[in-house]
Amino acid sequence: MATVKLRDLRKSYGDVEVIKGVDIDIADGEFVVFVGPSGCGKSTLLRMIAGLEDITDGTLEIDGQRVNDLEPSKRGIAMVFQSYAIFPHMTVRENVAFGLTINKASKAEKEEKVAEAARILQMEHLLDRRPSELSGGQRQRVAIGRAIVRDPKVFLFDEPLSNLDAALRMDMRMEIGKLHQDLDASMIYVTHDQVEAMTLADKIVVLKDGKVMQIGAPMELYHEPANLFVAGFLGAPSMNFLDVTVHAVNDTTVTISSDSLDQIDVPHKGRSFTVGQAATLGVRPQYLHPAADEVGRLHGKVILTERLGSETVIDIGLADGSKVIAALAEDSIQIAGTDVNLDFDPNQAHIFPETR
Amino acid sequence: MASKLTTSNRAGWAFAFPGFGLLAMFIVVPFFFAFYLSLTNQRLISPNPTEFVGLDNYRSLLSISVLSIEPEVDDAGAVVRNEDGNPKYPRVRTFTRNNPEYPQYAGMREWFRWHSGDTAKVVVATDVVFWKSLRNTLMFVLVVAPVQGAIALGLALLINQRLRAINIYRAIYFMPVVVSIVVVSLLWRFLYAEEGLLNSILGALSFGMFEGRDWLGDPDTALGAIKAMSIWQAVGFHMVIWLSGLQTISPTLYEASSIEGASKWQTFRYVTWPGLRNTAVLVLIVITMQAFALFAQIDVMTNGGPLDSTTTVVFQAVERGYGKQDISGGSAISVVLFLIVLTISLIQRYLTREK
Ligand SMILES: Nc1ncnc2c1ncn2[C@@H]1O[C@H](COP(=O)(O)OP(=O)(O)O)[C@@H](O)[C@H]1O
Ligand SMILES: [Mg+2]
Repeated sequence: MATVKLRDLRKSYGDVEVIKGVDIDIADGEFVVFVGPSGCGKSTLLRMIAGLEDITDGTLEIDGQRVNDLEPSKRGIAMVFQSYAIFPHMTVRENVAFGLTINKASKAEKEEKVAEAARILQMEHLLDRRPSELSGGQRQRVAIGRAIVRDPKVFLFDEPLSNLDAALRMDMRMEIGKLHQDLDASMIYVTHDQVEAMTLADKIVVLKDGKVMQIGAPMELYHEPANLFVAGFLGAPSMNFLDVTVHAVNDTTVTISSDSLDQIDVPHKGRSFTVGQAATLGVRPQYLHPAADEVGRLHGKVILTERLGSETVIDIGLADGSKVIAALAEDSIQIAGTDVNLDFDPNQAHIFPETR
Repeated sequence: MASKLTTSNRAGWAFAFPGFGLLAMFIVVPFFFAFYLSLTNQRLISPNPTEFVGLDNYRSLLSISVLSIEPEVDDAGAVVRNEDGNPKYPRVRTFTRNNPEYPQYAGMREWFRWHSGDTAKVVVATDVVFWKSLRNTLMFVLVVAPVQGAIALGLALLINQRLRAINIYRAIYFMPVVVSIVVVSLLWRFLYAEEGLLNSILGALSFGMFEGRDWLGDPDTALGAIKAMSIWQAVGFHMVIWLSGLQTISPTLYEASSIEGASKWQTFRYVTWPGLRNTAVLVLIVITMQAFALFAQIDVMTNGGPLDSTTTVVFQAVERGYGKQDISGGSAISVVLFLIVLTISLIQRYLTREK
């Protein structure tokens, strides 16, 4: 198994720089997820690691060896594509054994490795079928099987579940998680879906416009987002943001307020603020709830209630025209148009010096 | 919106009529007409009324057999030999002309012969020229179909790269296709001439060792010269068909195989070629059809000569029908060609079917 190190990695297409200096360290056996909105450069970065795209600048190391100029097949990686990329004219067995065929492995070795991969992925019964006779999930399993047979140092996945329907996606997500436990290999997984990122990753890399926004464990990113982008990208429903004004900067907190928010002290976590500046307060919907004392801090009117059974999602319009969402853990009915006073724990709120 | 126009059956037929009409008028009707004519003794212009002759035309076209001729022997029973020691044979015409002992060979002429021991095996046919044209056509198809298909594929592979100015190459390879085959044939007649470009180039390359020959005037080289020119002329067309096939293959399949470390040849074998299956069937059938229809080159360059060495089935059909005014004979040839092509395309489809 292996470590992967990216140092100031850059990629340009002509004059357009799409990867703008990326530093990432991936430990042995780690499951790292690159997540970010569509077009942010996740695939490009992954394909640079695979060797399918040239590296314009910077250093890529696998296992301490610089591999910038190494052929894809020499880098010890295996890749699973969104479109499966399995060969339509070959049976599942031939597809899984493809790498071995290319390297002229013996028949016995092929048999053994294919059987092993089929066992891990529970697809022994599919081996003699052709891809056209498989469902999407089964095809992706074949592609993963082909990767396993390579016995790579690093597995690369590029949105492997995006072509699957929702139910199947959840099953396959769990299987990939289990596969990581079983194989204990380093894995790099690209997705735009933050649920996949949160559930699978040991470490998440949030990307935006070819730059790293934050790297950390899922819960670290969830609870301590480093900036507005990460705060808004992770978590569902996504974090509420309020435009606020800073009234005082204290030792560990700042005092803020807005038209619809009463004055409150929020921990600033080392970020620097100046009195009078505009800032953004972030509160996750799960931490917003109707005030117990009927007074509360945040005042608005109910627009819509969505009862999901396990939770109730309320859209609330604020005085300044913005909207917040509260996710209540219990089933409750809020009548549209009524005034609500909301409250939250200041320690669960995030204050960012940026404005939206 | 289902308007009266889109739901009316009559409107559908009305729209289909021009296409159907033209197809019927120029393909279906002539085909059945040719079949009918081939059963008569119709001539292009003739004062006599047309008579129905059944399969006579086919009989004279297709009858062929092998005649075994024993060498002449002298009174002592020994084989008569000439100065070279070769046995002497009675002439073929003694069997085929007015010989009541061999009515089955009446009117036949020798096509070619071989020897088994001292016995000469002579292939005789009523219509030797037709058999020669059939052999020439088959030889043409057997060489042109695979060679042209393979060269076209090679060009398509070369051209299917992201290179600067690749469109210039595409245009160059495609150019002969848009030039009329008649013009191309005329130009190549000059290339192949005794004082032509080809001889000058070969002479220059061999420092004068190559003496030059009349490529189209020599029975040994005429058909080969026409094959080479025909391959050159249409290779661009098939290149474009291959190219469209190549572009349907998903680029991720190539990426997957490069990650597995496949060599160029392995990539071709495991990714490209299987992905070109349907294209290959199409190209093969189209080339075969075109090759069987070989006519213009012959008409312009050699007129079937020298010594019938380049005559082809279609050329014979036209030559009979209009040159010799024997419309029924030409029709019979057309029908035979139709049956051959039909059989071959059915076989090709069967061999290349999806398993
Ligand atoms: N071959 C290419 N030529 C030019 N620009 C490209 C090419 N491939 C990708 N890009 C650009 O690079 C950016 C990142 O693309 P990509 O890595 O595919 O994004 P993601 O996978 O995160 O959705 C996009 O803006 C895209 O337009
Ligand atoms: Mg992508």
